[in-house]
Amino acid sequence: MPMNANDIEVMIKAALPDAVVTIRDLAGDGDHYAAEIVSESFRGKSRVQQHQMVYQALQGNMGGALHALALQTSAPE
Amino acid sequence: MSDINSWIDSEVKSGDVVLFMKGTPNFPQCGFSGQLVQILDYLGVDYKGVNVLDNDELRQGIKDYAQWPTIPQLYVKGEFLGGCDIVREMFQANELQDHLKGAGITIRETA
Repeated sequence: MPMNANDIEVMIKAALPDAVVTIRDLAGDGDHYAAEIVSESFRGKSRVQQHQMVYQALQGNMGGALHALALQTSAPE
Repeated sequence: MSDINSWIDSEVKSGDVVLFMKGTPNFPQCGFSGQLVQILDYLGVDYKGVNVLDNDELRQGIKDYAQWPTIPQLYVKGEFLGGCDIVREMFQANELQDHLKGAGITIRETA
């Protein structure tokens, strides 16, 4: 059961309330998205840790319902 | 440590650069895995490709091992560096080149 962009945004914001989330649908199949996420909680964390925070926010959907999510994470400038 | 976990642990430490991927370096079977193969080949890095499609237990085990839900996964000197996005971002920012050189791994000097 693929996910839609809104589900992804809602889940990320539930875990990272201050996050600014921009999602692009790469293939229109509900399976391949790119997401840009800016959140204060990323500050001082490595890229791996930042991405792991996003994967935890997606509660196990990553790699299952959601096959591909290209991530771009950063703390606010 | 379960046997798949200890097998993965030994694989991760069996080479300086180890890429867990879908397919093989000569025949990647996933766009994301293929991207990392291209980057590593472009840099002329010697690396070992481990095909997770060979064994389902490995395919899931590696995700648990690194607490990372997707494939490919790149390991340098036994340390998890990242998946496709992170390694590509590091490559574009020249951080991957510095990290490899810093770990004593020879890479082809690019322009």
